[in-house]
Amino acid sequence: MAAVTALRSSCRAAGRLVCIHRVRSCSSIRFIKSKYVCVFDKSAFKFSHQQRLFRTSAVSCGQIVQFKLSDIGEGITEVTVKEWYVKEGDSVSQFDSICEVQSDKASVTITSRYDGIIRKLHYSIDDTAFVGKPLVDIEIDASKGVASEEDVVETPPMSHEEHTHQEIKGHKTLATPAVRRLAMENNIKLSEVVGTGKDNRILKEDILNYLAKQTGAILPPSPKAEIVPPQRGAEAVPAAPKDKARKIPVPVSRPIAFAGKDKTEPVTGFQKAMVKTMSAALKIPHFGYSDEVDLTQLVQLREELKPVAEMRGVKLSFMPFFIKAASLGLLQYPILNASLDENCQNVTYKASHNIGVAMDTEQGLIVPNVKNVQVCSVFDIAVELNRLQSLGSAGQLGTSDLTGGTFTLSNIGTIGGTYAKPVILPPEVAIGALGKIQVLPRFNSKGEVVKAQIMNVSWSADHRIIDGATMARFSNLWKSYLENPTSMLLDLK
Amino acid sequence: MGLQSVKNCLWLPCVLRTPKACFWSTAGGGLIIQSVSNDVYQNLAVEDWIHDHMDLEKQQVLFLWRNSPAVVIGRHQNPWQECNLRLLRQKNIKLARRRSGGGTVYHDLGNINLTFFTTRKKYERMENLKLVVKALKALRPQLDVHVTDRYDILLDRQYKISGTAAKLGRTSAYHHCTLLCNADKFVLSSVLKSPFKGLKSNATPSVPALVKNLFEEDTSLTSEMLLDAIAKEYAMQHQIDHHITLINPADETLLPGISDKTKELQTWEWVYGKTPKFSISTCLNMVYKDSVLDVKVNMDVKRGRIEVCNIDLPEQWLPPGLYSELVKSLTGSKFCPNEITALVTALLRVCPQDDELHSRWSLLCENMIRLM
Repeated sequence: MAAVTALRSSCRAAGRLVCIHRVRSCSSIRFIKSKYVCVFDKSAFKFSHQQRLFRTSAVSCGQIVQFKLSDIGEGITEVTVKEWYVKEGDSVSQFDSICEVQSDKASVTITSRYDGIIRKLHYSIDDTAFVGKPLVDIEIDASKGVASEEDVVETPPMSHEEHTHQEIKGHKTLATPAVRRLAMENNIKLSEVVGTGKDNRILKEDILNYLAKQTGAILPPSPKAEIVPPQRGAEAVPAAPKDKARKIPVPVSRPIAFAGKDKTEPVTGFQKAMVKTMSAALKIPHFGYSDEVDLTQLVQLREELKPVAEMRGVKLSFMPFFIKAASLGLLQYPILNASLDENCQNVTYKASHNIGVAMDTEQGLIVPNVKNVQVCSVFDIAVELNRLQSLGSAGQLGTSDLTGGTFTLSNIGTIGGTYAKPVILPPEVAIGALGKIQVLPRFNSKGEVVKAQIMNVSWSADHRIIDGATMARFSNLWKSYLENPTSMLLDLK
Repeated sequence: MGLQSVKNCLWLPCVLRTPKACFWSTAGGGLIIQSVSNDVYQNLAVEDWIHDHMDLEKQQVLFLWRNSPAVVIGRHQNPWQECNLRLLRQKNIKLARRRSGGGTVYHDLGNINLTFFTTRKKYERMENLKLVVKALKALRPQLDVHVTDRYDILLDRQYKISGTAAKLGRTSAYHHCTLLCNADKFVLSSVLKSPFKGLKSNATPSVPALVKNLFEEDTSLTSEMLLDAIAKEYAMQHQIDHHITLINPADETLLPGISDKTKELQTWEWVYGKTPKFSISTCLNMVYKDSVLDVKVNMDVKRGRIEVCNIDLPEQWLPPGLYSELVKSLTGSKFCPNEITALVTALLRVCPQDDELHSRWSLLCENMIRLM
């Protein structure tokens, strides 16, 4: 080899150079003694890499290749860069999309020919790129090589076993690959583990002891020694005989490698709206009041009225009844339809009953309200609800639909649940959450057990101006209207 | 994905609900398929699926499809610039962004879509369009139709009856075009006119053109006849049976992964979020009490989200705290009326309950939202 000759003729005296020389001229690493390895101040792992590099290139970092824009067809020579899918520093694999370019009504996805890291983008968005000219610079992973050319060197199996050691701040840590892997799986730094093997070698037992100390897990007393044979090569690893003599405890729980990563994204849109509203609601001292309502009669009434409403083209649910009953109740207890000013100096009794209905849409929670329920019939409310629901699901609710509410009902029962703890939406002072309607056994006036349709309601109110008694009385009135729907007839305006 | 796709060509099982068994491997160099669905997203997803998964070396594919009313913008276009979004929403017309380049088109059942799938090497738009013209002339020899060098098909030398777009991938490519049979020209022209003023962007602009339906030229023509004529010509040129195989874009067994593709095409991120960066510089004319206020608004929108927002209000028209809250809320939010409405109404809850203030706020917000 030319290199050998040249070195021989220069200075033989330099011990180091002689060592390297010997390294290069040997095809097998068997002859390398560990002290030679410390000539390179990179880890031995990389050293074994460099073996391969001797055949391909002597550069330790990758080779930069200019990836040119290939022919688009139809005689096109230039295109406009419309979108980059990668940025400088990203790693790409062969066939990953790099960018999107456009030429004369054709959109072309340019994919990578190499595995590597993007080092330079030659164009910005909206620039004109030319066919045949460089598009990006990719640093090819030297060990992997270029996709089309393969230049793999067979590394002797021994190399990994014998001399894998880490240099951490000048302190060498010896450990076999199996031990190393166990440490890695458990996110343990080898430098922190005390090695009890020969030359302070770290053994599997040492990792397990370290783990036990960290997690507080109690390992069973060491059972019969179980030797983990080295991955490759039949050659006895110096560490192995030592392991036979020691007892290696079996770990209690096998650590499962979880590759998931946390994802952080900004709070926007509907969530941001919720943050604002609910943070303001914190200022309100809430109290809760819950009860159960027997809707057996209402269920029957709705069954009768549903087809009538359908003939008029309207879907009739229970909500219009709940809303109308609430409005009738608010006529008797107007403080629940009020608003407290910022300084808690004045209470404004709102004349209109604009009852909000919490709606769950694809984007999140939104609360449109039905205006002036006090002058609407149950059917009017049903019509309005239908309109709001279809606008809500289409994402087309307007600002007027979403502002001006004075009282809110949330029918969480359509999804499920019994009792809830709703949060008041400022500037209102009360809110009710309705659970699902369940068929439950109840006693009637004769003491017999009958089937009853029971729904739970949970109210929350602003304790600065609403007291428990008011809330309770309002709830009782609302409940009586719903339990005896015909009584609503007396008070309907 | 690329590696996997090239190998996935012939694995499809023969448990198919189409009339012909194993229709993916017909004898001959071509295959004609037609979608049974009129959903624009499903049909665009089929195009994606064929592009990603079929091996087009052995056979090329012609895909025929029609959509219920929809506006389809090109890959790099700006929907605010290209169409009247408010009108679309009012009329329940869908908005879709396709993966190929080119301009904006209006689809309805009177418009047919043709997609020619080939390998990247065999991508040849002129040939495809000449095929279509040949088919039309075979059907009605008196039709004056020809292909321009902009890849349009013109009727009577002046009316555009077909527009073209294409997508090229690593190994495969497709060229699709429309053909106006009997579309609603009135809706088409009103929906493709954007009321937006003051929009600056580098998005691909559409080139408006005079259009005409083939039906207007010859009232005996129907979409079905045209589809059939084109299929016949394709079959002849590729030396295959004149047989159209029907496919259902909702069939996950036949087209595994199709529902994910369909879903992706419907996301806000794809339809609006892929809009190239643009800026708005406009003036809101707000009528307040007895006067008209001219309010200058400047916004930068990137990836469909408001990056920068400036509203030039008269001093003290809104309390300064509230104004900064508004700007802070708008910044980073989607340029989407639904989202901004939810945000501004939430903000209204936490500010002083003053009727005057509320009406000013509502007026300003409604005007802002009308831009979106």
